[in-house]
Amino acid sequence: MNGEIVFRQEFEIQGGDFSRGGEVSCEVKNLLREIGLPAANVRRAAIASYEAEMNVIMYAEQGRLDLSVTPLEIRIVVEDAGPGIADIELAMNEGYSTATPEMRELGFGAGMGLSNIKKNTDEFQITSEVGKGTRLAMIIRTEGCRP
Amino acid sequence: MLTLKEMMVLVRGELLTPGLDIETGCSKVFASDLMSDVLAFSEEGSLLITGLVNSHVVRTACLVDALAVIVVQGKRPIGAVVDEAAAKKLPIIATGCSMFETCSRIAQYLSDGMR
Repeated sequence: MNGEIVFRQEFEIQGGDFSRGGEVSCEVKNLLREIGLPAANVRRAAIASYEAEMNVIMYAEQGRLDLSVTPLEIRIVVEDAGPGIADIELAMNEGYSTATPEMRELGFGAGMGLSNIKKNTDEFQITSEVGKGTRLAMIIRTEGCRP
Repeated sequence: MLTLKEMMVLVRGELLTPGLDIETGCSKVFASDLMSDVLAFSEEGSLLITGLVNSHVVRTACLVDALAVIVVQGKRPIGAVVDEAAAKKLPIIATGCSMFETCSRIAQYLSDGMR
């Protein structure tokens, strides 16, 4: 993770607040667009951000998204205070889900979230402690396009 | 390729966000009620066809760079959802057609790009 940070902003995410789900990621996308990053990179970052944001809303009590941009990459770190993930390898499997009916009614909880984050990022690290929370660290390389 | 307006006519739809541009050409369609699938599999510049009417449809559509949303089965999003779509410049079209019928009517004019 080399490179000076040219832009950084933090956002609070309230667990359980489905009505506001996605608002942080919409703002992330708008900011990345305004910076002038390529549309394809912005789209990947926005999708990864949205999946991570919805995971906080669906499963955690509260969370924080830290967005930073360097001349070479977009970095998104999402940390939450929540139940954590007991078996990360299992959770990474497409289709594995512990979603409630409420989540499914909104169109989420298909068990695609973590695998979709992996698909839309160039680097993805997930660490979790049961009973404490989960940390997702994502990097989307911007192919040297200087913001 | 069809314009969004031509697609709207095909499904006898109603534009719920008047004033937004629907003359844009569109050659890709993604139909699903699962926003998880939209996030995972849709391509940018697609028309989204769905039976969901909550605000997450609008946010998901914007995040994946969808051109517009057709809401099927006679459902209509509440005013706040339509307002949010209008603010994000995302055209919302409502139709009484079912998901299957909506896809069928549009599919016959698109040689590929349907999912």
